[in-house]
Amino acid sequence: MRQTMNGVLRRHGLVLAFLVFLAGVALNAEAFLTPGNILDVLRQVSITGMMALGVTFVVLTGRLDLSVGSLLTLLTVIVVDQHNIAGPFPAIVMTLAAGLAVGALNGLLVGFVGLNALIVTLAMLSFLQGLVLFYSGGSNVNVQNAQETWFAVFGRGDFLGLPVPVILFLVGAVVAGLVLQFTSFGRRVYGVGGNETASIFSGIDARWTVFWTYVVSGFTTGVAAIIMGSRVMGAQNTIGQGYELTVLAGVILGGTSLLGGSGSVWRTVIGISMLGFIQNGLLLLGFAYYVQWLVTWAVIIIAVWIDLGAKRGRILA
Amino acid sequence: MSQATDIRAGSPLQSVVSWLLRNHIWVFLALTVTVFSLASPYFLTVNNLGNILTQAAFIGILAIGMTMVMIDGEIDLSVGAVLALASALAIGLQDHMGVWPAVFLGLLSGAALGFLNGTLVALSGMHSFIVTLGGLIGIRGLVFVYSGENALMVPDFSYTEIPEIYLGPISLTAIIFFALAVLFQWVLSSTRHGRETYAVGDNIEAAHDAGINVRRHKIINFTICGTLAAVCGILLSMRLGTAEPNAGKIWELWTIIAVVLGGTRLQGGFGSMWMTIGGVLTLAVLRNGLRLLNTPNYVELMVMGAVLVLALVLDKLLNHGEVP
Repeated sequence: MRQTMNGVLRRHGLVLAFLVFLAGVALNAEAFLTPGNILDVLRQVSITGMMALGVTFVVLTGRLDLSVGSLLTLLTVIVVDQHNIAGPFPAIVMTLAAGLAVGALNGLLVGFVGLNALIVTLAMLSFLQGLVLFYSGGSNVNVQNAQETWFAVFGRGDFLGLPVPVILFLVGAVVAGLVLQFTSFGRRVYGVGGNETASIFSGIDARWTVFWTYVVSGFTTGVAAIIMGSRVMGAQNTIGQGYELTVLAGVILGGTSLLGGSGSVWRTVIGISMLGFIQNGLLLLGFAYYVQWLVTWAVIIIAVWIDLGAKRGRILA
Repeated sequence: MSQATDIRAGSPLQSVVSWLLRNHIWVFLALTVTVFSLASPYFLTVNNLGNILTQAAFIGILAIGMTMVMIDGEIDLSVGAVLALASALAIGLQDHMGVWPAVFLGLLSGAALGFLNGTLVALSGMHSFIVTLGGLIGIRGLVFVYSGENALMVPDFSYTEIPEIYLGPISLTAIIFFALAVLFQWVLSSTRHGRETYAVGDNIEAAHDAGINVRRHKIINFTICGTLAAVCGILLSMRLGTAEPNAGKIWELWTIIAVVLGGTRLQGGFGSMWMTIGGVLTLAVLRNGLRLLNTPNYVELMVMGAVLVLALVLDKLLNHGEVP
């Protein structure tokens, strides 16, 4: 019986607690669980969620990517600026290419040169922030023909009653989940994260595996930047600042282990959505926006602690 | 902790070379100082050097605590938020209780949050990256809850004159930084707690088997780190006369950069305050020098990123593939 309780707690404790939270807010704020509000939350979540999909790959190998926030800023600035210069389609291509390039550079330094992922991506965070200021000259950019461009569809459009960014996020999540579950690349990612030495002895090239996870992370951040640019129709030089932390908090909250090897895309989707609903719920209850940070703190500690405690069978280390 | 570059039975030249290889940050510091001295006539002046020391002191004090935690193999991402809270309390409480009790409570808040971080890490077995990432987010929330969205202003501006004591060109802030660095270097090299710090960082299970109370040990180091962050916050509030709720944002990143630049390893078990001082000064010299040369802000950010990666590559090359 205790075993089953543990199993249930491990697998669904977080979700149960979250459902209690949802019910609690819904009882006190009528607007909370209406379709309109839920879609709004998902629309907000789609940007961090999209980034979190790629970061999940990186974290599954036991690495980190702290550069995604700065990269989001850079790519949003690029997509908006190039939209004015070259038009929407070339802008999208360039943005995705730049995202892939930065991901490849991270992957090269972490995977092949073998440098510490935390420091490399921290250095990249600083470097990219500099690159943003260099590119934009410090000024904000705006899409000039915001009313007529089809580029608006990514952030503002609807398709079959669902916001397009939400569809992009969900499709991205399904694809990412399928890749992790059913491709050899996915298995290699779990292998490298679970036991790198063993995976190398089993013939996995850990260097390439790590490299590609960073490329995936760069790509999903590129897609997120397109959604962001399209939604805001402009970009400030700090638009993505701190996003790396929100993204990481969502991934961790989902229960993906920072040590690698354990976790999944659907967990990330749950974690990042929980953050979105907590934020939205607290605002609807009339709390100031910074109260959500306190709650996030408590939720991260409690969620990860329960997860860890359930895995080792006792709560204290 | 093993040093592949350690050449024991060698000529004096060899031992000098091996020392330089292990402490390459000081070579790099000398290089940057030389370059900026040649590039700008204003760099190598007593006044500017004094300025650099003062500027370095803030990140430096954070870096001392971070070094203690990092040698333990842990990390503290919450120092920027802790310093903001300490500075807000030290200024905000002055109306109610006078200057020094407010300062004391500011320090206490840092110690308490460090204690909380350490306790959570020790009791839960969660990685300190997660615990203090939560802290970074949540403690910033505490600052906003306390001070609202506005900067707090000191009621009596004589408060800002407290650190205006100079020993020649060296400010009190810089003196406090160096005094704390020397103190904690002494702790690391000459006390039981220091030896245990290396032992825990090097091999936590061996340390536990050897009878070290790992939990208590980690809690102490996180408390030190939190307290030093509060010291930094209070010195900052004295310098500015205001406490801004966003003070110290991403300073934790600069601090980690400084410590890693110095050569202390994230894996733990290796590092020293001398290295950290080297890293802190190098960072400060780079920032100051680039500003004197009138380079735009983005060059600074890009150079920092490049230098950090370079430092990692150097460390890896010099230490024969020991992954930094």
